Amino acid sequence: MSDTKIIRDGVIVADDWVLLPTGYDAAFPSGKLIVPLNIFVSRQAELTARTECTGVWMEGHDDLTPISNLIEGLPLIAIHFPKFTDGRGYSTAVLLRTRYSFKGELRATGEVLRDQLFYLRRVGFNAFAVRADKDIVDALKALTDFSESYQASTDQPAPLFRRRATHAPGSAA
Amino acid sequence: MYKYDSIDQQIVDERVAQFRGQTERFISGELGEDEFRPLRLQNGLYIQKHAPMLRVAIPYGQLSSTQVRMLAHIARKYDRGYGHFTTRQNIQFNWPKLKRVPDILADLATVEMHAIQTSGNCIRNTTSDQFAGVAHDELIDPRPYAELIRQWSTFHPEFAYLPRKFKIAVNGAIEDRAGTLFHDIGIHTVNDVAGNVAFRILVGGGLGRTPILGHVVREALPKQHLFTYLDAILRVYNRFGRRDNMYKARIKILVKELGLEKFRAEVDAEWAHLKDGPATLTQAEIDRVAAYFVDPDYAVLPTIDAGFERHLVDHKAFARWVERNVFGHKKSGYAAVTLSLKKTGVAPGDATDAQLDAVADLADEFSYGEIRVSHEQNLILADVKKRDLFAVWQRAKTIGFATPNIGLLTDIIACPGGDFCSLANAKSIPVAEAIQRRFDDLDYLFDIGDIAINISGCMNACGHHHVGHIGILGVDKHGAEFYQVTIGGSQGLQAALGKVIGPAFAQDEMADVVEKLIKTYVALRHEDEHFLDTAKRVGMEPFKASVYDKKAGRREAEVAHV
Ligand code: SF4
Repeated sequence: MSDTKIIRDGVIVADDWVLLPTGYDAAFPSGKLIVPLNIFVSRQAELTARTECTGVWMEGHDDLTPISNLIEGLPLIAIHFPKFTDGRGYSTAVLLRTRYSFKGELRATGEVLRDQLFYLRRVGFNAFAVRADKDIVDALKALTDFSESYQASTDQPAPLFRRRATHAPGSAA
Repeated sequence: MYKYDSIDQQIVDERVAQFRGQTERFISGELGEDEFRPLRLQNGLYIQKHAPMLRVAIPYGQLSSTQVRMLAHIARKYDRGYGHFTTRQNIQFNWPKLKRVPDILADLATVEMHAIQTSGNCIRNTTSDQFAGVAHDELIDPRPYAELIRQWSTFHPEFAYLPRKFKIAVNGAIEDRAGTLFHDIGIHTVNDVAGNVAFRILVGGGLGRTPILGHVVREALPKQHLFTYLDAILRVYNRFGRRDNMYKARIKILVKELGLEKFRAEVDAEWAHLKDGPATLTQAEIDRVAAYFVDPDYAVLPTIDAGFERHLVDHKAFARWVERNVFGHKKSGYAAVTLSLKKTGVAPGDATDAQLDAVADLADEFSYGEIRVSHEQNLILADVKKRDLFAVWQRAKTIGFATPNIGLLTDIIACPGGDFCSLANAKSIPVAEAIQRRFDDLDYLFDIGDIAINISGCMNACGHHHVGHIGILGVDKHGAEFYQVTIGGSQGLQAALGKVIGPAFAQDEMADVVEKLIKTYVALRHEDEHFLDTAKRVGMEPFKASVYDKKAGRREAEVAHV
């Protein structure tokens, strides 16, 4: 287990996964692994033979179809944000959660900063590998920036207008 | 107009707190400039030439007198005593201090206003017809739907980091006064064959570097599907829009590259999953929002008011103002009044704190306490009794907002340009002023008739120069400010893009150029023929000849020196 801390389900925890870099071509180490998408596909047989958990990481613009029938059973998917202003990962997250019924850990990696966490959580991320130079305790605060939202999204499938009549301000998750 | 409930208010208040924290972290150095930039932009804050510029949202152009007084207060307290109304129905303050911006937002929040998503690569403030709800040619009041879209787009978590900015306009009248053909999404509220409210959805229009008219992507979308269909369009754009080149990142380029059919198929495939899901609008929600846009308590008045008719005869200046600045109302005995912010010598769209306060008073006295902003950068009192028009005119004169020039040549649309904007190639305001000064004869202006002159300081086209009958675009020529001229552009349902007439001109030539173009028109027009129709009939040549003839030799000589 590494000393790296992540936010998972609103709590700061030690990261018990190892993320393999792109182009990784050595034998797989033991432990829980997050494998780049293309390696996950090309060395699928090797990975299935492992007894430990394997997750996959991808870019926000990667095509999900090569792994579409595996997604539902995965324990972890990480989406890498090369820049925090690249919003494609938000739509990918929504698709994973709603179209592919992905229930495992959905982790944001790369340029993950405090001021994006609220929206990331809304679209379905539940884990955040906050960029190493940033204060993760500080970042955690962003999850409570807003107590209510208008739209339907992964964290709240009913839009505000379907809840408005019965809603007491401040009572939402 | 729409009133916040406790949840709407709480969301805006929480936004203020969030931005206060972000600003403090930026000032303390915790947040870098690159990290802060998208955050401040999504709160309307630019760093401009002289100072920050704050753009405040005026959703679909509607303001209460209380809100207008708050804008006056902000101009006075945090700025240099004026604000600038933009071509997207917003207001900009040019001189706020960065550290005071959270205080400004807090003040705005007390009157249900904000600067949310007035800039940045997100869904921008939704715009509409300035005469929505009162226009004589309206089919369906678009305001409830514009408000619903405001709420749907506010902090939409999936679409806060789009490839580029995204603008939506809604129109519900026969005439298109919202420029829907030039928006990323244009929406027409229409009746379907069964007589139910539906939406014609246009996509991929826009000005800027690659001006394109929008295409109809869906003819009659039943109203309950509004959000799911918009979600589908935005998702396709967010995933597949280009991010490698900011000049090719707008949705219009995606639509062009895929082709309309393929784009529509992508949207439909996405929509198939969303349709009838939880985001489907309920009639209860439509009714809840529509209840804020019911007619005020109109008096029953005769169509003809004797006093008003008498004033028309007695006061030529009043009659002229009525001819240009008064617009037909759906209710007999009422009219909509446009207050002109295009007085010669004042930057188009600028208003001082005192003027704003005075307009708020006028609205309270004569127009149910409401004010509209038009994308032509003027202010509107939408519900004035005809019998009050004379009094309103007199009061508007004392404010300086009674110039009888709506739709005339001096009602120039201009962006802030090089005087304020750091993206500008050239200044806009002095060009507007030079043209206004040249055309100072009111009889001549009335004789010329409807002419839209639009000026943008650069390709970003905030002054919508492509759709000006005469369009003026600031360009950079070897470090000097020059102006390219187009003719034949127009807005509305017959929207067209202007064509460039030839090489660009220097700033001090511009008033001459416009004068020659107008003289050419006046000489060639048939009786009652509009500028655009003359231009179409006679073609570009006579106009070209009028402005390039004698100087062609001089220009070549100039070029030879470079
Ligand atoms: S058109 Fe250009 S110069 Fe004018 S306001 Fe827009 S960006 Fe600035």
